[in-house]
Amino acid sequence: MIEKIQGGLGMNTKLLFYILKRLALAALTVWVVITLSFFIMRAVPGGPFLGEKAVSETVIKQLEAKYGLDKPLLTQYFTYLKDIVTRFDFGPSLKQRGRDVVDIIKDGMRTSIKLGLIAASIALVSGIVLGAAAALRRNKLIDKIIMVITTAFVSMPSFIMGSLLLVFFAIKLGIFPANGSTTAGLVLPVITLALYPMAYITRLVRSSMLDVLGQDYIRTARAKGVSGKNIIFGHALKNALIPVITYCGPMLAGIVTGSLVVEKIFAVPGIGRAFVNSITGRDYPLIMGTTIVLSVLIVIMNLVSDILYKIVDPRITLE
Amino acid sequence: MNKKIFSLHPDLDAFMPASEAEKEYMVEMRQSTTFFKDGVKRLLKNKVATASFIIILTIALASIILPMVWPYSYDAMLGVSPGKPVDSSYNNLRPFEYGATELRLIEQGEKVFPHIFGTDSSGRDYFIRVVYGTRISLAVGFFASIIVLVIGITVGSISGYAGGKIDLYVMRIVDIIYSLPDMLVVILLASVLRVSLAGVIEGSVLAKIGSNIISLFIVFGVLYWVSMARLIRGQILSLREQEYVLATRATGAKGSWIIRKHLIPNSIGVVIISTALQIPSAIFTESYLSFLGLGVNAPMPSLGSLASEALNGLTSYPFRLVIPAVVISLIVLSLNLFGDGLRDAFDPKLNK
Repeated sequence: MIEKIQGGLGMNTKLLFYILKRLALAALTVWVVITLSFFIMRAVPGGPFLGEKAVSETVIKQLEAKYGLDKPLLTQYFTYLKDIVTRFDFGPSLKQRGRDVVDIIKDGMRTSIKLGLIAASIALVSGIVLGAAAALRRNKLIDKIIMVITTAFVSMPSFIMGSLLLVFFAIKLGIFPANGSTTAGLVLPVITLALYPMAYITRLVRSSMLDVLGQDYIRTARAKGVSGKNIIFGHALKNALIPVITYCGPMLAGIVTGSLVVEKIFAVPGIGRAFVNSITGRDYPLIMGTTIVLSVLIVIMNLVSDILYKIVDPRITLE
Repeated sequence: MNKKIFSLHPDLDAFMPASEAEKEYMVEMRQSTTFFKDGVKRLLKNKVATASFIIILTIALASIILPMVWPYSYDAMLGVSPGKPVDSSYNNLRPFEYGATELRLIEQGEKVFPHIFGTDSSGRDYFIRVVYGTRISLAVGFFASIIVLVIGITVGSISGYAGGKIDLYVMRIVDIIYSLPDMLVVILLASVLRVSLAGVIEGSVLAKIGSNIISLFIVFGVLYWVSMARLIRGQILSLREQEYVLATRATGAKGSWIIRKHLIPNSIGVVIISTALQIPSAIFTESYLSFLGLGVNAPMPSLGSLASEALNGLTSYPFRLVIPAVVISLIVLSLNLFGDGLRDAFDPKLNK
């Protein structure tokens, strides 16, 4: 009995240590991203005002003084770091005069988060349903159709998918608007973002469902006379969904990077478009700000999905 | 000899020496096979993988040979000839249409090679641009994977062999790079490197390749070696502890013999397979970056940049997007299927 309690406590402290370790790694990753992006941006020849036309030496001097670029590099770095940590301040945008990077990011986030969350939920629900259906009808026609379609979707880059959807549904058929700034215009971007993770989840659920259905406890349940419906929903599906939890982090990360091109294709006023525009417009503070915010988002998602995975499946051993 | 009728002793006189034909019969009929031959046989049985391989081979050969024999080049603007005003009738031709001067030649009875996919907005033959773009995309994918392989093998094997503190530090670095949001850092690095590199490599041989492709290779070298290094380190750590390695060592084999005869043959399959699967992901990354305008330098085409350019004239010329889109998907799909086939054929340990 005592041993059992100690074992239980050991498990919990192990879990706690694991979470702490992962948190530390996440914080380290974010710091690396901030530091990398800072020094990479400062390494650009000609400085951030390279793109400006016909700017005299004195004006550049003034601009540098205004943005604090005349100070030593390390001082700039620590000021930048301090501003982010204490005030969540990425400084002003260089190209959109009078606007702070934070405001641009906040504006973009509102649309992008909506887009991403809808796409993620569609992908999860339809992927699980299709995957379970394929597993239960293994080697039947419906299974083969689902597998062929998902294989095609998995190997199609999101920008290709988006462009093709744009050609067929917006330009040829005219069902949905090509511009993503209205609500109806968000339909195609959502579908574009959802198709890849949906196909991936379908394949994931199918294979783990087939794995689970072959387990002894399913046979035991069947032998006890549990009905087919109860076996599927009460035993099989519950266990088959565990791998999906690990995929949630990468999925959301994929949606974030996918949204960069999708927002470009459909002209959705989100953070992805702001990021792409900032690169072509060489708006360095905006590039850094969006990179850091998106990275933090991705790191947090991966962290949460990894920790959830360890909590949900007690069989997984913690190092 | 006193014969006992019920004795169980065999009667030795009843045995005859086997004839040559009988001996032949007893020899095992199946020819001995090597691991490689066996794998190839399994691979050929897999129809999907074989078909994918044929598709890849066809695309690759076409992308190498066609630009040599094609009458148009990928960067020649057909409407532009020295000393004359620009002939805009060559711009934006639809498939199998001809420019004004070409039509005159045809009227005179001469043969003009058709523009199978028409021309782009600058009057360049679109078919050869797609072919050339395929060549660039395939080459980038291939060389990027080689870079990843070389760096991954070096770091992974050093880390695996050395163990101890070196291993610990290397693996922590790997952990951090692994948890970086790769696409974002790739975009960040690519957007800056192409600007900084352009000045550095000017005038050298590298300038021909273009600063963008080189920055792409650097990005791959910096970021994508980590999973390969992890894989190789894991292989070395697990193989080192295998009993047969211990047995070889006990019979007096030297380190180099063990590496040559046991470690390399046993891990090469996994390494080749993950390199093969790295190629489509590199092609994907390249086309993604090209699509964002961070890929190859103009006028060089790649499949991604062709798709990106096609977005501008999408309403009138949707086929210009569809063609490179189909080619990219076909390449990535067949490479993935072929890679899966390779894994099934050469990694029998995975078979359930």
